[in-house]
Parts: sequence; C-alpha cells; structure tokens
Amino acid sequence: MPITYTSNEQVEVYRFSLPAAILIPLIAVFLQAFVPLRFQFFSIFDLPLLVVIFFAVARRSPVAGLLTGAAIGLLQDSLTGHPLGLYGIAKTVVGYGASSLGVKLDVENAGSRFLVTLFFYVVHEIVYFTIARGLVGLTLQWSWPRELGSALANAALAVVLFALLDRFKQRT
Amino acid sequence: MENLISRYRNVTILVAVLFVQVLGLAVQVKRSTPDESTRLIRVWAVDAVTPFEKGIVWFQSSVSNLWRNYFYLRGVRQENRDLKLQIERLRIEQARLNQDAEQARRLQLLLGFKEQFISKTLAAQVIGSSGSEQSRSIYIDKGSRDGIKQDMAVITADGVVGKVLRVFRSTSQVLLVNDQTSGVGAILEKSRLQGVLRGTALGEVVLEKVMSDETVQPGERVVTSGGDQIFPKGLPVGTVTKVSPGPELFLNIRVKPAADLSRLEEVLVITQQEEKEPAAADGATPIRAADILAQRLPSVPDRPPDDPSKPPPPTSGLKIFSAPTASGTSATTALPKPSGGSVSTHAQSSLGQNSLATTPKPRGDSAGSANNPGNVSPAIKPSDNSSAVKPATPRKPAAVKAPDNGANAGSDGQSQPASATPDSQAKQPATEPTPPQEQPQ
Repeated sequence: MPITYTSNEQVEVYRFSLPAAILIPLIAVFLQAFVPLRFQFFSIFDLPLLVVIFFAVARRSPVAGLLTGAAIGLLQDSLTGHPLGLYGIAKTVVGYGASSLGVKLDVENAGSRFLVTLFFYVVHEIVYFTIARGLVGLTLQWSWPRELGSALANAALAVVLFALLDRFKQRT
Repeated sequence: MENLISRYRNVTILVAVLFVQVLGLAVQVKRSTPDESTRLIRVWAVDAVTPFEKGIVWFQSSVSNLWRNYFYLRGVRQENRDLKLQIERLRIEQARLNQDAEQARRLQLLLGFKEQFISKTLAAQVIGSSGSEQSRSIYIDKGSRDGIKQDMAVITADGVVGKVLRVFRSTSQVLLVNDQTSGVGAILEKSRLQGVLRGTALGEVVLEKVMSDETVQPGERVVTSGGDQIFPKGLPVGTVTKVSPGPELFLNIRVKPAADLSRLEEVLVITQQEEKEPAAADGATPIRAADILAQRLPSVPDRPPDDPSKPPPPTSGLKIFSAPTASGTSATTALPKPSGGSVSTHAQSSLGQNSLATTPKPRGDSAGSANNPGNVSPAIKPSDNSSAVKPATPRKPAAVKAPDNGANAGSDGQSQPASATPDSQAKQPATEPTPPQEQPQ
C-alpha cells in the first residue's frame, strides 16, 4: 500500500471533457437517488462524494475541487428535504482537502485511494453532522461503528469506481 | 492586502464559497413560513434527475407487464377460480357490512357527528428517493399539473406513507413518516391515547407525547387521529413494537409502520377530503335506526288496552298486526300472544312520526292500540304537539321499548336489550328533522 510523496513537478494533472464533467456527477446523483429504492443497502454508499474525491485528486486544483464539491453537494441537497447547503458545505471541504492532498501525495494506486476515501468519508460525515446539528438543528445520532462501516464500504467501492473513471481522464 | 489574497488564493476561495453556503443555509433555516416557495435550484435538480427516473421506471414496468400479462400466466386459472370464490365471500360480507354502515351513519346522524371522507385520491408511482439516510423522502410522478398540492396526505392500501412536501410541475416530493422532521397526529386504537408520530435519525418511527403513567401494550394498532388536519381520521399508521420509559414524563413507544416505507412502488395521494354530516340512506324514505334494531331484536309481547270495561283477551292463540313499515307499506306480523297481550316491536317502532314525538303514554295506553286506526289515543294524534316536550336523549337511540314497562316486565328476557330508554327518548331524534340539540327542552 505505497503512499508516496511527490513534488509538484512529479504529479500529473488531468482534465476531463465537458460532457464527462457534467454527466458523471449527474449520473452519480441520479443513481444515489434511484438505486436505494430497489436495493436498500445501497444507501450506505455516497456516490456523489466519491465523484467529488475523484475529480479533486485528479485535477489537483483546490479551487476546482472545492467548486466541484460545492456544485455536487448542492445538487444532492436539492433532492433532500433539508435546507440547501448541508451536503454543499461538507463536499466543498472534502473537495478542497482531497485536491490539496492530491498535490502532495500520489493517489493513483488502489491502496492510497482506499485510504484517502476512508479518511475523507469520515471528514465528510463529521462536517455534515456538525452543520446539521449545530446550524440546522437536526437531531442526528453519531455512531462510530456505523460510520466506520460505511467508510470502509465506500472506500472499497471507490477503488473500483476510480478505476472505471480513470478512462475519462485526459492528460493536460 | 492583494498580495495576501493572491498568496492564499485557494484558501480565500474556499472560505468565500463556504461563507456563501453557510449564509444561504442560515437564511433557509430562519425561514419557517409554511408557504415558502420552492427554490429554483430544487426545480432544476428535480427536472434534471426525474426524467431519467421516470424513463427507467416506465421501461421497467413495461417489460414487467409484458412478461406478466402475456407470457408468465402459470397458475392464472386456479387463481381466477380462487378469486371468484373470494368475491362471493366478500359480497356476502359486504352486504352485511353495508347494513352496519348504514346503521352507523344513521346513528352518527342522530349524534350530530361530522365525518371526514376521502372523496378523491390520485394514484402515483414512486420514481426516486432523496438518496440520503438523513432525509427520508421520495419522489412521485405526479405534480401540480395533476392537481397535487403541498401537504396532501399520501397513503397506500396498508397505511400512511407521508405528506407532500414540495410540488413541481410533473413530480412531487413526499416526506415519509419516518423522517425526523415529519409529524403525524396519531391515536392508539384500543386505549385511545393520543400522541404525535415522529421519525428518528435512524429511520424508526416513535409515538411521542404519551404520558408514562399510561399503559400501552406492544401489538396495539396506531391510527391517525385527524388532529393534524392532513391525514383523515382512522387511517392505519402502524403497530406498537416496543414500549419503554422515555424522556421526562413520556413513554418511548416504537411503532412499526403499516406501510413498507422501504419498498414503496405505488402510492395514493388524497387530493380531496370532505367533511360533512353523514347522510341517511339514499332511498326516498330514510330508514330509522330504531327500525333496523327492531328488526334484529326479538319481539316484545303486546299488552292489551288497559280498559277495565273490556274483558282480558284470551291468553293463547295468535294475534295479527298490520303495521306500517318504513317504506309506507304495511307489514303483517303474526306473533304468539302470551298472557297480558302482545305487541310487535317492529310494528311499534314503525309508528308514525307524530306518535314517536309524544311523551311516554300513561300506563294503560298500549302501543298495540296505537296501531289500530280505530283506537287512536289522543296522545299520539298528529296535532297534539304539546305532548312532545320530553327532552331527547340522542345517545341512546337503540331503544325500542314499549312505553308500558309492565308489558315488558312479563315477557321473556330476550326483550331486555330493547328496554333501555323510554320510547319517546329513543325515537324522537330519528323522527325529527332538526338536530337533537334543537329539541324543545
């Protein structure tokens, strides 16, 4: 599970075509809204979050990462019954953090992707719960076993998903 | 300053973006008016996502229907036979229930009840969910152009699902009852304890605001109370699964929803409710509750006119009565005549309206004689309104007792249920067009 430190000159920065940049988040949000209707267990995954992490670490631009996170998060918020911005803020932080980390670390291999996703899933949940409880006043219950289980599941899915999404990368 | 911003450009942008979102969030949270308009981003997001969901659902249902309706027909004949038998059974059951329902309506009319009727529903298909475990809501394929409005109740055949949260042109968002922001007025079916049904963060449903000194048993059914002005009264909500002491002075009652909220496919939106007083039977002549009860109750022996000048009738043999029925025709009833005479409760309960509005007749004025056109007592003459001064007792409408207690006293015990109240008390509300509270006191 090598996680290597890379200098700015060594890292590769990717970009994505416009259709891919628009359709991939949309499909992720769509699947997140639709699949749990048929398969209840799927709700433990957070596909939009995985897409945010993927775009952030691939582009390696904090601004692009946070804007992508904000857009996808707000899109996800708009499908819930809660105020807009809960997922938006959480995914903005994750987008910024993942892209900043992507500059420092090599996140191209499966092991580092697993750990990065594991870490940022927990960060995402902490930010979400903090905002939801502190600002909005929702009574959410934090459960470490449950969150860690979800984090592991999302990290495992991320390894597979990122490998698929790598096909849409374009070298700059 | 510019150098500082350009040096920390990324962090600055991050803070700016977060600030905008927090600001937007704060504005939303502060808005608590119920008629808050839907934001454009919600409309765009829903419009972008729901067509795909609709398309997939349509394709899936088309393929499924094609398979089920044209190819996979194994066991259909047997099922058809079973269903026909079931229909026959249900028809018999329905006939009986219709009688009971008519009776209930009449009794409710007597009591001045107002009912809420689900007069119109709209079937809708579930096409999506919120995709979040923290927000439990679904999307249906009907919207404002189909007549859906905010806060309409959404149900299935099993029970309550939720209410319409937001309405778009062709879709709507439904807040499920297990969302923690939802609230449904509910009542326990047996103990009649009222509470508020809420969702929890884990997606469970609990009944709140039930005092801890009350006794609630697991397995008891929970129905809507109608107090929230959204759900009609009496819809099944769920079943109590666990009861434990809760915070403060309240019980923590966990409820299993009657509708399977994780497997919703089709739902019904209640688009119209009416509140009206229950109408009597649709026929030209309303049938009184007392008549129905009289038909079901055993006959009460008649008591002969208490005329000392006449010899008492023979104590054996049959006596023929010709009594008007509710529809105006006469019914002939042959009853055995025990000692003391006989009277048919049917015949007695089918007396004219004016006779029912009279005060209890004095002892010796028999009901049997009232049926005889040639022997009409002054107390039951149509013009004798002065006698209708007995206060009505609308909560005992089932009484069909003869006014003379002595007649029933000598009869068998089967007439006991019919002897709850005097005749005029029981029948006056049914025969007067005005509500019971408007009766002269």
